[in-house]
Amino acid sequence: MSSHAIGSHAHEMAHAGEHGHAAGFLGTYVFSRDHKVIGIQFLFSTLLWFVVGGLLALAVRWQLAWPWKEMPIVGPMLFSAEGGQISPEFYTMLFTMHASVMIFFVIIPILAGAFGNFLIPLMIGADDMAFPTLNMLSYWFMWPAFLCMTLSFFVPGGAAAAGWTGYPTLAAVWTAAPGSEMGQTLWLLGLIFVGVSSMMGSVNYLTTIIQMRAPGMTMFRLPMTIWAMFITAVLQAFALPVLTAALFMQLLDRTVGTGFFIPEGLVVNNTSAGAGGGQTLLWQHLFWFYSHPAVYIMILPAMGMVSDIISCFARKPLFGYKPMVYSICGIAGLGFIVWGHHMFMSGMNPYLGMGFMVSTMMIALPSAVKVFNWLGTIWGARIQFTTPMLFALSFVSMFIIGGLSGIFMAATPVDIFIHDTYFIVGHIHYVLFGGTAFGVFGGIYFWFPKMFGRMMNEFWGKVHFFLSFVFFNGTFYTMHILGAGGFPRRLADPYHYASFRDMQPLNQFMTICALAMGASQLIFVANFFYSMFFGPKVGRNPWHANTLEWFAPTPPGHGNFDMQPIVYRGPYEYGSPEVDTDYYPQTQPPPEGHEHTGDAGHH
Amino acid sequence: MGRFWSLLFLSVPIFGVGVFVWAPSHGYGLPKDVSAHGHQIDHLWNFILILTGLVFVATEVVLFWFLWRYDAARHADPVKYTHGSHNLEVIWTILPAATLLFIAIYQMNAWADVKIRNPGAEGMPITVEVTGRQFEWRLRYPGKDGKLGTPDDIYHVNDLHIPVNEEILVALKSADVLHDFFLPELRIKQDAVPGMQIPVWFKATETGWYDLVCAELCGWGHYKMKGRLTVESRKDYDKWLDDMYAAQEATK
Repeated sequence: MSSHAIGSHAHEMAHAGEHGHAAGFLGTYVFSRDHKVIGIQFLFSTLLWFVVGGLLALAVRWQLAWPWKEMPIVGPMLFSAEGGQISPEFYTMLFTMHASVMIFFVIIPILAGAFGNFLIPLMIGADDMAFPTLNMLSYWFMWPAFLCMTLSFFVPGGAAAAGWTGYPTLAAVWTAAPGSEMGQTLWLLGLIFVGVSSMMGSVNYLTTIIQMRAPGMTMFRLPMTIWAMFITAVLQAFALPVLTAALFMQLLDRTVGTGFFIPEGLVVNNTSAGAGGGQTLLWQHLFWFYSHPAVYIMILPAMGMVSDIISCFARKPLFGYKPMVYSICGIAGLGFIVWGHHMFMSGMNPYLGMGFMVSTMMIALPSAVKVFNWLGTIWGARIQFTTPMLFALSFVSMFIIGGLSGIFMAATPVDIFIHDTYFIVGHIHYVLFGGTAFGVFGGIYFWFPKMFGRMMNEFWGKVHFFLSFVFFNGTFYTMHILGAGGFPRRLADPYHYASFRDMQPLNQFMTICALAMGASQLIFVANFFYSMFFGPKVGRNPWHANTLEWFAPTPPGHGNFDMQPIVYRGPYEYGSPEVDTDYYPQTQPPPEGHEHTGDAGHH
Repeated sequence: MGRFWSLLFLSVPIFGVGVFVWAPSHGYGLPKDVSAHGHQIDHLWNFILILTGLVFVATEVVLFWFLWRYDAARHADPVKYTHGSHNLEVIWTILPAATLLFIAIYQMNAWADVKIRNPGAEGMPITVEVTGRQFEWRLRYPGKDGKLGTPDDIYHVNDLHIPVNEEILVALKSADVLHDFFLPELRIKQDAVPGMQIPVWFKATETGWYDLVCAELCGWGHYKMKGRLTVESRKDYDKWLDDMYAAQEATK
């Protein structure tokens, strides 16, 4: 197998050239079929959108802390006509696009697209994905989506402003809001393309994981990252068609007046909404049938990565490997029958609400089992406090908060009060920022050496962790207190209500923390790019980890492995008494006299 | 550095609990409840707060303690080479499962009181029809004959009057997009959905003025879709209805 390097460093490009690969620059770096290049393309695109989504969030925070005050620097540039202040229609667009960008352009594609692509073939011992061309298309189908969303900021009426949930009739009727003009149509088109991309990816991941594992790599020797990616792909494959259908229905409602979601004789903003005959709640059912499983699409891969990182730096086997796998499967199964908990207040049959309440309570169970097993993993360990480990531990710590706050909303009577308040905003950010985003940071620090052949700076990594952790909690923890006071989401000026006026100082504190958290990410950006070119070079296995990607050259060449990996054991044999080292790679043949070594299982 | 990081993780339960202890003494927390059913919701809130608070502190302190105790830089003990424990898995599956199931069953009655036991189904007449419209609450009272849709209906906007200590039945509608009828002090929330008429019932126990909040995004002016709930004695309420009717007749 060729050791042709595919890393993105200038000096390696020359090296690659020597092999005279027919693909050339465009084929190697742009329209590449190599899963690692596609993964890194996803990584850069999603990190770029992370910046966009973050800036939108900071503008939202500005308005909540100092409503109608001139925004510093950007205010006069964007809204000179309004004295530099954010208009209410612009505010609704801000939080709509913040959520849409973060969910559909950052979290889902960074987990499945970036890490899934980069890690799946490497960790199962395959030379590439099962369908490399399909894989390339899954990345390039993100681009029409990027274009639609970007363009939507510049069309009359501005980008979509009906919330990231796009509820009709606000979203489906052109006259309902400025953002429901062309912006909403582009939003729908964008999501359809994201869906096509995810569908191509999930088919590919399923086939690759089922068909292309290295000799000896049984399903129960797969690392948790791969199990999580596998179950995530199942969720996408089953839930996405429903979302796609719903998106097309709303698109048709908007363009040819089909009226799937519009009741008879509706008049919005003094204009008839068309023939009607539809049902508003139908959209909510279809949307959440996808978007609730999507919540798990947005966290399961991070849970998998965190499991691998914690076991590696605890230098100890993962506690309860099989219960962890069953928990993921349980979350996926239950994940399909809990969507109604987003609709407790929607006017759906209250008996149905009761049923969804019971299933929602039960889905907390597998998450609890996972937390206990992570704690079990660090019990009796030899913990190394590296940057990836700190982020992985903070995932556990923050996910406990996000998981427990979910129980409040699952309890339907309590939800009557806290539904659509800042309590839910706090909850979702503990799961998706404190959870997934911290897991993603951990994953980047952990796999960066394999991606680029160089280490990131540990000192600045820890500074980045410390500041992010402190300011994250400063921003989001107090949201639970706001929610307890009934402080509603999505109000351009909550202080319009006298009873919420005394919550403005809390909001100002949160905004200052959010600005500081945003600024802390500059440390990460600097560390990332500096390390890409000037970080210390590393060998194959800098962390002394067990899984197959560390058996491949660093960075792996086209085709990944220079020797065929053969798998002898599970991925978490750290501290095994069979060997002298504190790690025991999956590919290392057992010493004489040890014909069979343990798969991860109960002892 | 292990100590520093362990203590950072210990600060999570300390500040976490601290904020919830600090908040009520500074006026942050559940607003005063003035409804007949609200105490059930507040009780559940407190019950879940204490339960999750205990689990939160326990798990976060265990996390801290393991980080402190098993820091590789300060302890040379060999790792405990284990892949798990069947007994522990059984215990920490069954205990939370039982707890969650208990919460699920425990709350059903409160939910049924607010959302299932509709007095309208037993023949109670509608007190007032509330229609959300960008960006105001349109109100229609049945008037003297007790029937909606007759010439003596009384119309009003944004100022919802109700008598104290009486069961109220609202017929909630929307004229255009989704809205949400949220009365924080009465622990009532219900979406108003175009094409549907949804019953909402409650009983206010104290006179006064309270916020009526639109809690579902309804467009650019969502933030200013503010109404007021006026809870008053039966006498004041009847007088208000009469005055409204007289004023309405005078402009005909």
